[in-house]
Amino acid sequence: MDDEPPGRLDEGALRALVPQVLAGLLRRGEDFDAAEDALQEALVEALRVWPDSPPRNPRGWLTTVATRRLVDARRSEAARRRREETAQAEPAPVATEEGDDTLLLLFCCAHPDLSPASQVALTLRAVGGLTTREIADAFYVPEATMAQRISRAKHTLRGRPLDQPGDLAVVLRVLYLVYTAGHVGRVDLAGEAIRLTRQLNLATDEPEARGLLALMLLNHARLPARLDADGRIVTLDLQDRSLWDTREIAEGVRVLQSALAAQTDERRPGRYQIQAAIAALHDDAASAAETDWPQILAWYDDLVALTADPVRQDPAAVLARAVSVGHALGADAGLRETDRLREVIGGQYKWHAARGYLHELGGDLLAAAESYAEAARLTSNVAELDHLVRQAARARAGARRR
Amino acid sequence: MPKYLLLKHYRGGPEPVRDVPPMDQWAPEDVEAHMAFLQHVTDLLQKNGEYVEARALTPSRSWVRYGGPDAAPVTTDGPLPETSDLVAGWWMIDVDSYERAVELAAYVSSEPGPEGKPLYEWIDIREVMSEAASED
Repeated sequence: MDDEPPGRLDEGALRALVPQVLAGLLRRGEDFDAAEDALQEALVEALRVWPDSPPRNPRGWLTTVATRRLVDARRSEAARRRREETAQAEPAPVATEEGDDTLLLLFCCAHPDLSPASQVALTLRAVGGLTTREIADAFYVPEATMAQRISRAKHTLRGRPLDQPGDLAVVLRVLYLVYTAGHVGRVDLAGEAIRLTRQLNLATDEPEARGLLALMLLNHARLPARLDADGRIVTLDLQDRSLWDTREIAEGVRVLQSALAAQTDERRPGRYQIQAAIAALHDDAASAAETDWPQILAWYDDLVALTADPVRQDPAAVLARAVSVGHALGADAGLRETDRLREVIGGQYKWHAARGYLHELGGDLLAAAESYAEAARLTSNVAELDHLVRQAARARAGARRR
Repeated sequence: MPKYLLLKHYRGGPEPVRDVPPMDQWAPEDVEAHMAFLQHVTDLLQKNGEYVEARALTPSRSWVRYGGPDAAPVTTDGPLPETSDLVAGWWMIDVDSYERAVELAAYVSSEPGPEGKPLYEWIDIREVMSEAASED
């Protein structure tokens, strides 16, 4: 920060300090809600002041300013809150160590009492250091709505013990939600999710956390090829593979290998590692024709084996597996697999889209067109709608030519 | 400046000028031309400083009402679900006048359909009421 020329501010470096400063305040016994508000104010102040006079110790600066805000806020409410203040004077016993800042905060934000939407919003603000405005933009809601959602989430956490180890599986799910939201929004949430998952991996050795990071990297690597110059969806089989980010793929593979190496016969890979392995096999193919479908199918077998009743508990995995069955064993076998899902997700666009793909794979273009058209009627995403209408029109034109 | 919604409908409205099949049955090049035109409309509105927002709605609909105390909400897909009016989406525009809104709606309606010929689709114009009190 000292080397920054005046007038320029490294916002990434600033945001990286957020979890450290916030965790420090919490460890001192501050209330999550109040501490988070105070830190937001300190961040706004930093954005205003730092370009002209960068502090020597940015983390200390933020802590000092946030603390001053906390004191001010408490003083103004002193009469009403005297008793609470006394309670706050005694530091709550927080067992985590300095290096676990991010983990502590991720557990707070992924608190099971919060709805998924609130978990995501709070994670982005309290751990990611995004402003309420940025989060609102990412989810296409008015800023006041997002401010209210965050405020209610923080009220829910009030008085909850935040020093207990939370559920890492929930944290991973929240981070994956942030990542997938990144593919539709205006803000680079996918990049933000990757950054946060990297931080998480500094604090835990859990292979699934590494698996999630690998999955994100291996999918993110294909992002530049996913849309053409006019914003149209390009399916995996037609993507220009030279646009894939080879450095991200290499890193993803490395992270995945280190996760898989930690597994034993008793401890099988979890869903993120399995999905990452599948993504790695796609990334590894020099062309769509060279995709190793039998191996992908083997990983999908593992994925659906994670749940007792995959058709009901994990239909998305069964559907994705059906596509790999179509490639490895023939389109008809793939379509038969999708039949098992008809009752569960037969009303969803993804089911019809996958069947359209499998019909096309088997050469039945008319049936493909009908499935794509039905999928188009059911989707609620504009880019998907346009894509599916194009697929339907293209398949129907192909059928006419025969 | 007044704001208007230019509404497109899946069905309903005056007698269609052209009878066209659903878009998934058009020739692929006609589909491309149509989608490119709609994008062009949005780009043009933005360039003119007349754009507020564009939204599309899915074709599924439920009518819902209060079911009474201790009763679940009552839902139905409505009377005559096959023929009743159904909005598909809109542009919200902020323009100088009603005349300008009509001009833009007519332009939208010139969107290319099968064989590249205009669709002559009926566009529904609705004025959005303003929030601010007028100055005395």
